[in-house]
Amino acid sequence: MNRIDQKFAELKSLKKKAFIAFITAGDPDLETTVDLVLAFEKVGVDIVELGIPFSDPLADGPTIQAASQRSLEAGTTIPKILQAVRQIHKTSQIPIALMTYYNPVFHFGEEKFIKAAKAAGVDGVIVPDLPPEEAKGLIAASRKHDLATVFFLSPTTTKQRVEKIVKASTGFIYYVSLTGVTGTAQGLPKDMIQRIKKVKRATTKPICVGFGVSTASQVRSIKAVADGVIVGSAIIKEIEQHRDSAAMVPLIAKFVKDLNQ
Amino acid sequence: MTLLPDQSGHFGEFGGKYVPETLMSVLEQLETTFAQVRRDKKFKDEFAHYLKEYAGRPTNLYLAQRLSSQFKNLKVYLKREDLLHTGAHKINNTLGQIILAKKMGKTRIIAETGAGQHGVATATAAALFGLQCEIYMGAQDIERQSLNVFRMKLMGAKVIPVTSGSQTLKDAMNEAIRDWVTNVNNTFYIIGSVAGPHPYPLMVREFQAVIGREARRQFVSKEKKLPDYLVACVGGGSNAMGLFHAFFKDKTVKIIGVEAAGHGLHSGEHSAAICAGTTGVLHGSKSKLLQTADGQIKIAHSIAAGLDYPGVGPEHSYYQQIGRAEYVGVSDKEAIAGLKILSQAEGIIPALETSHAIGYLSRLDKQAKKNSTVIVCLSGRGDKDVNTMRELI
Repeated sequence: MNRIDQKFAELKSLKKKAFIAFITAGDPDLETTVDLVLAFEKVGVDIVELGIPFSDPLADGPTIQAASQRSLEAGTTIPKILQAVRQIHKTSQIPIALMTYYNPVFHFGEEKFIKAAKAAGVDGVIVPDLPPEEAKGLIAASRKHDLATVFFLSPTTTKQRVEKIVKASTGFIYYVSLTGVTGTAQGLPKDMIQRIKKVKRATTKPICVGFGVSTASQVRSIKAVADGVIVGSAIIKEIEQHRDSAAMVPLIAKFVKDLNQ
Repeated sequence: MTLLPDQSGHFGEFGGKYVPETLMSVLEQLETTFAQVRRDKKFKDEFAHYLKEYAGRPTNLYLAQRLSSQFKNLKVYLKREDLLHTGAHKINNTLGQIILAKKMGKTRIIAETGAGQHGVATATAAALFGLQCEIYMGAQDIERQSLNVFRMKLMGAKVIPVTSGSQTLKDAMNEAIRDWVTNVNNTFYIIGSVAGPHPYPLMVREFQAVIGREARRQFVSKEKKLPDYLVACVGGGSNAMGLFHAFFKDKTVKIIGVEAAGHGLHSGEHSAAICAGTTGVLHGSKSKLLQTADGQIKIAHSIAAGLDYPGVGPEHSYYQQIGRAEYVGVSDKEAIAGLKILSQAEGIIPALETSHAIGYLSRLDKQAKKNSTVIVCLSGRGDKDVNTMRELI
């Protein structure tokens, strides 16, 4: 069983919900990424999403764009990220999903990428610009190597598409809280809770909610209805702010812990 | 022969829909609406009305005799898209899309622009239809094309400077897509080229195909035969596809797309995605791309802001793959030579983008048979580039 499935089974038996932390791998460098993930595990993060930086992250707001830029400037590549995942799994069993735009994966070679990711201990892939319609190759390779393929539902997803997306998704389903890019600060939509409840009725697979989640109270209210919550930009903002501090890792870990209270 | 793109929006392996989930339903709506209006007489009449009465179609197919006399083997016809309202072919597409936007009940228009020609054409159409309009433009391009920025503002559009990445067309398109994802319910995104996710490459081709339909009819009526060559510049490739499409089945007509070779195809500083790129996915579709060994998008270079883009429309990648068209690179220098030749021989100052197509003719002349006929798409006029030209020449 894949670590992500295992984690959700375990949480379910404990009647708990998942807290998923997103960070851009290699921001500011990969050693820090390894330290952050290990520290996250200690403060109760259930799953980590590691972002592979891309030059043109069109689903992301300014915070993750800047993190991607910093990471690329530090020379981060897919093989180096996989090396970092290996490093993490030497001492930890925390489930890791890679978040990447499609072009770096396509260019690396889909099957080759999935195989290498699996070998490094990655548990799932999330590709925001790859709808299930274009994902046949990636899905086939992921099934073969037992990697979860996480697809997205959004407030604009039509009824007809929900079924297709649910079917293509394994591990969990990523529900985008709002129409917009990551890191949007203007608060979550009023009808979000209703929409999540509706989506929950369409599937038994875990639904995790992300985009624009930045406070502990938002985390709590989402956990009340969904199976998990994903926080990215809010954490990355803290990383950016404390970049030069020697105590950066514990500071970020504390921030994450407080979010998940 | 099958009609392309196929139902899922692919031209062979190219094209498709690579976008965030939030945009999938609006693309499906757009597909359905476009499929309806393509056959709808009322829509077609309205579009034809604006092309004729407002934009100034049909454009002339002009035999450039003094230009031809500079070549040994070529008889050159110019398809005068530069004579359209706003000075370039871009208006064909923006009029088509804005009628569609109105039909879909959208109240806000956004667009990306490089040279500013598509921005101007969008601002024009939005003013004509009384819709709110915001144009994303790279900060570097705003500087290069200050005249067009002023024109857009004069027509009531808001020009939003994009300071991320290379600050050119690629980043303007990223930013426009982010806006679209955010405001998808009331906003229509008018893409300016045969690029982006399906159905844009199809839709823009259909709105621009009037160029080739007219040119074919005009040429046959003058010469009683088909031309030997078609030549057009290719950035995203909308003027080129507009000209080429009507000749797709005319196998005797050789089709040549001219990409911007910048400082040279081997210099690493160019915009020639087909000549020197590899297959990848950017801005919603699979096509040829300039990218690094890690699949990061490279920054393109060209003196022509409208060609300064690391990708190309997927149908062009398909044309090249099946051998229906040949793609060549013309350097900044050759383009400037083309600009001078046309200005001095015919009193027509072409846009820097278009100058790449003209710049190729001297090379074509060396390989063409005696008395070869060629149609060049004169996609835009050079007024917008006068400031840049003054520094270059």
